[in-house]
Amino acid sequence: MSSLLEINRLVTSFDTDAGWVRAVDGISFSVEAGKTVGLVGESGCGKTVTAMSIIDLLPKPSGNVLEGEINFKGQDLRKVDRSQMRKIRGGEIGVIFQEPMAALNPVHRIGKQLVEILKIHEKISSREALQKAVQLLDAVGIPAPEKRISSYPHQLSGGMRQRVMIAIALACEPDLLIADEPTTALDVTVQAQILELIGSMQQKLGMAVLMITHDLGVIAQNCDEVVVMYAGRIVERAPVVELFANPQHAYTKGLLSSIPRIDSERKSHLSTIPGQVASIQDFVSGCRFCQRMECDDATILRQRPDYREITPGHWVETCPQCFKV
Amino acid sequence: MNNDAPKLLQVENLRQHFPVRGGLMMRQIGAVKAVDGVSFDIHSGETLGLVGESGCGKSTLGKSVVRLLSPTSGKVFFKGHDITNMRQGAIRPLRQDFQMVFQDPAESLDARMAVGELVAEPLVIQKMGGRVTIQKRVAELLNRVGLPENAAGKFPFEFSGGQRQRIGIARALALNPDLLVLDEPVSALDVSVQSQVMNLLLELQRDLEMSYLFIAHDLAVVKHMSDRIAVMYLGKIVELAPADEIYNNPRHAYTKALLSAIPTPDPTAERKRVVLDGDVPSPIDPPEGCAFGHRVNHSRYPESIGRELPFVEITPNHWVQKCPCCVD
Repeated sequence: MSSLLEINRLVTSFDTDAGWVRAVDGISFSVEAGKTVGLVGESGCGKTVTAMSIIDLLPKPSGNVLEGEINFKGQDLRKVDRSQMRKIRGGEIGVIFQEPMAALNPVHRIGKQLVEILKIHEKISSREALQKAVQLLDAVGIPAPEKRISSYPHQLSGGMRQRVMIAIALACEPDLLIADEPTTALDVTVQAQILELIGSMQQKLGMAVLMITHDLGVIAQNCDEVVVMYAGRIVERAPVVELFANPQHAYTKGLLSSIPRIDSERKSHLSTIPGQVASIQDFVSGCRFCQRMECDDATILRQRPDYREITPGHWVETCPQCFKV
Repeated sequence: MNNDAPKLLQVENLRQHFPVRGGLMMRQIGAVKAVDGVSFDIHSGETLGLVGESGCGKSTLGKSVVRLLSPTSGKVFFKGHDITNMRQGAIRPLRQDFQMVFQDPAESLDARMAVGELVAEPLVIQKMGGRVTIQKRVAELLNRVGLPENAAGKFPFEFSGGQRQRIGIARALALNPDLLVLDEPVSALDVSVQSQVMNLLLELQRDLEMSYLFIAHDLAVVKHMSDRIAVMYLGKIVELAPADEIYNNPRHAYTKALLSAIPTPDPTAERKRVVLDGDVPSPIDPPEGCAFGHRVNHSRYPESIGRELPFVEITPNHWVQKCPCCVD
C-alpha cells in the first residue's frame, strides 16, 4: 500500500548572504493515512522548513526545494501548478501554525476568515458557509459560536485563537493535517485541551497528522511514529514505543536523557549533550552530530552515513561513532 | 528543607495592582490585580519554585520582590530590612545581595554593549574597584559560567541562546548576591541546552550558597530545581509545599489539574489528563470567591463567594488556600 504522504530525498535550500545553505538535506519519511507522525528536533534543525516545503509556503525567492519528491496521494506536489497547489493547501492538507495571532488576519472577523476558506474550496452559498462556520467553531469547542463568529482575533485568548486556527485547518475535512508546534505558545492546561481536540478531530475525520514539536512529552503521548531530525537530516525514525524504549542514535539518546522528568531525583546532575549545533553554513557533509561532539575522524566528518533498518520501521543513521550495534 | 535556616526573604500579604485607565479623562476605572495577597518565605540556600500559567502574576511577583516595581501593599523583608517602601537610593546598596535573571537574554542584554562591559556594569555601578580589579573579576565570572575567555570582547549577538543566558547569569552573579530571582531562565532554550544551564545553576547554588526564587511554567523543570514549590493562580498562591510533597500529594484541585496536564515523555504511560475547560480569567475583573472553582464551574463554587479563603497549613509545611470547592 502506498502512503498518504511520501517524502523522498527532499533537499530545501536558502539563498543567503553566506551562499546557498541546505536547511533540509536529503530527508525521506512517510505518513500513513490516519496516523500521527511526530517530527522532533531542536530549533533550526529543519522541522518547519520540511513542513513549508510540503505545502509550498517557503519564503520566496530565497527558499527553494532543489531535489527530491513529495508524493501526496500519488501525485508529486513539486510538479503541480500554483492554482492546483492552492486547492490542495487548505483543502486536502490543513495547516496549523505555531502562533495563531500571526497566522490569523487581525482586521477580519473570524467568521469571515472561515467563510473565505469554505467558499474557495467548496461550492456553497455565503449563507451555507456561514452556517457551516458556526458548526465548525462549535466542533472545536468555542462557546457561543454564533456570537464569537463576529469577534476579531485579538478579542480571543491564545487557546481560543488556536481553536479558530484548527477550525480553519479542518474546515474542508483534510486528509492530512500539518501542525507546526501547535501548542508551544500555550499553557500546559490549554495545551492539554488543544491536543485532546486534535486527537478527537483526527478520529472523527480519519485524517493523518504531521505533528512538529520540540516537546518529547507531546510526541510520546500523541504520535504513532517519530522522526528525529538533527541539523537538516533525519538521524533516526521509529514507531513511538520503540523509539523511547530503544533509542539507537547517540543524539536521540542524548535528547531523551537530558529532559528533566517528574520522577527523577531532585537537584541531581542532568545528563547533557555538550556543545551546540554548528551554524548552518558550517555543516560538514558527514555526520553532523559528530561535528558537534568535536570528533576528529576526517572520514566520519566527510562521508554521509547510510541508513539501516534495524527492526521493522526503525531506521537509524549508521555513523560508526553515533550508532553502535 | 531546613526549616531552622534563617529567613532570607519574607513576603507578607503582598499586592501589586496596576491601574486601568479609560474614558475621556483617563481616570482610573479599575485595576489589574496581578499579585493579590501573597505570603511566603525563602530560607538561606533554598530554592523556592514558583509555577503557574501565563498571566497568573508570577513574573510580576518576582519583580516586586526585587523592587523593580513598587508594591501596592504588603511587606517585603530582605535579611530583616523592610524594603517595601524604601527609596531606590536607599535600596541600591542592598541590591548587591539580590539580583534577577530574565527569561529572554536577547532582550535583557543591551545589544550595543560588549559582553565584558555587560558583566562589568553592576561592578562599576556599585564601585567595586578599579579597572584592573573589575577586569579580573569579569574574567573570573565568565570562566565560572563556562564561557570562553575571549567572550569579553564579543557582542551578545555572536552567542547562541544558551550562551547568552550564561552572560545574563554572569551579570547577576557579579556582586555575589545571596538571592537570585530567576524568571523563566531556561524556557527559551532547547532541551539539550536547557539541561546545561540547569546544571550550571545547581552547581552555582551549591558552590556559592545562594537562594533562588525560580519562576517557570514547566513543572518538570521546577520540580528538578526546587526545594519547595508555590503554585500560583490568578494572583494568589493556592498551594505551597515541599517539592516532592506537592507532586506526590497535591491537595488543591488546580495543582492536580496542572500536574495531570504535563505530557510525560513515555509513550507507554497511562494518560490521566484532567482536561480543564476555559482559560485563566482576566485579573482585571476576577470572579468573586474561588477563581479556580469559577473556571471549572464547580458545583460548590457558590459557597466560596463572599467568604474569606484562608491559607492554612494542613500538614507540616504544606499550605493550601482552603475553599469549599477545590480542597477536600
